[in-house]
Amino acid sequence: MRRPFTIFGLLLTLLLTLQSADAKEHPHKILIADPFIELHTGPGRGYPVFHVIERGREVEIVKRRTDWFEIRTDRGIQGWAPREQMIATLEPTGEPLDLQEPARENYMSRRWQAGVSGGDFGGASLISAFGGYAFSDNLSIELTVNHVIGEFSTSYSATLGLVHVFVPEWRISPYFTLGTGYIYTEPKSTLVQSVDRDDQIGYVGGGLQFYLTRRFMLRTEYRNDVIFTSRDDNEEVDEWKYLGFAFFF
Amino acid sequence: MEVSRLRLLFLSALAATSLPGCALFRHDAPVPPASDPQQVAGQAVTGEPSDKPIIEPEVERREIKRTRIDTEDFEVGAYVGILSIEDFESNVVYGARLAYNLTEDFFLEGTIGQSRAGRTSYENLSGSAELLTDDERDYTYYALSAGWNALPGEIFLGKNRAYPTAFYLVAGIGNTTFAGDDRFTVSGGFGYRVLPADWIAVHFDVRDHVYDIDLLGEKKIVNNLEAHLGLSIFF
Repeated sequence: MRRPFTIFGLLLTLLLTLQSADAKEHPHKILIADPFIELHTGPGRGYPVFHVIERGREVEIVKRRTDWFEIRTDRGIQGWAPREQMIATLEPTGEPLDLQEPARENYMSRRWQAGVSGGDFGGASLISAFGGYAFSDNLSIELTVNHVIGEFSTSYSATLGLVHVFVPEWRISPYFTLGTGYIYTEPKSTLVQSVDRDDQIGYVGGGLQFYLTRRFMLRTEYRNDVIFTSRDDNEEVDEWKYLGFAFFF
Repeated sequence: MEVSRLRLLFLSALAATSLPGCALFRHDAPVPPASDPQQVAGQAVTGEPSDKPIIEPEVERREIKRTRIDTEDFEVGAYVGILSIEDFESNVVYGARLAYNLTEDFFLEGTIGQSRAGRTSYENLSGSAELLTDDERDYTYYALSAGWNALPGEIFLGKNRAYPTAFYLVAGIGNTTFAGDDRFTVSGGFGYRVLPADWIAVHFDVRDHVYDIDLLGEKKIVNNLEAHLGLSIFF
């Protein structure tokens, strides 16, 4: 019982040190260009406005959380302003502040992406995570790790495959996928007869990718898996990933 | 005194004899052409146009280093609480949490937790009959969830202090490893978060973990309620 608390403590100390190191960075100063900026007490529209800064004042950006920026005035008043108001602010040089928002253009030229999804693997529940790297707008390579939780067995599988997106510029774009990997199956402890086994797996499938907003995507996928068992017959499994959430970076 | 005067004499004598010899080591480098402004101007008019700019600005360009805005959308943390395992008593649960704030309203979170099952009433009454081995009593789970900050607000401590808070709802899927097997688990619940500073949050969470179990021969749905207190840090 003692060890986890030690780990908890260590983790906390580490995080606190990281945090203090972070705070030493140089301040990012900006000029207010809107007639005024409203400061909220927290990073959200539900938090009340408690302070107003007029145009022409120089303030400091402390940090950002989602679409909210924490701002500190020269009098040390600290509060949160939304992105819509920050777009109009200027750098000390007079240039508009570049917020570097990931958008549709970045979606088109994305290289790395990752996500999680849930679904069905031949009647068993499936939890899946994937990461991919795109060689071009159309073609990418993806590593998928699955956890299949069935009534009679539990499986883990890892597959590597190619994904071809037909029309990447479409908001909802279909794709084709092909790959291979390994599956490790562990029968439930309540069953006596079977033994653990690992087999090669091959798949062909397709899916839909839907660009949501900013850096986020939804996807749904079907795979036809063939498990190359050590028995006489191969096993075919329908694998459905009903809904997945993915983001690119 | 005497010594230093002698030394001074000696040194000046040495300098007088050796310094003229130093001229021999002079580099025979060509003397750079005098940059007489009048001469340069004369060349520009009559001769070929020179590549040199007429006025060389002596102002050094100020390099503006733009610091990156510190974006803190991720949260990492740990929690300790109580988990009631149906039929198997309640026990301490501890876990870790990683969250990503998508927008001001929604977040994604991954949690892993660990606890240990106690003894059922049947085991206690019968005396020796053990339903589970010692290893099988280990209870671990993971969950991938989505959360919604339903009620943002503030908590007021005393007259001068207010801290941002949020009441949120969470639902997700995951796995529970208990009694030696993996069980697909649906979890959901609510939580309350207070931010004492802009980089740290204190959470109070209540979760229900629901899964099927056929430990006693017949399949049944179990609800394992968990209440925990956690601390998380934004990065």
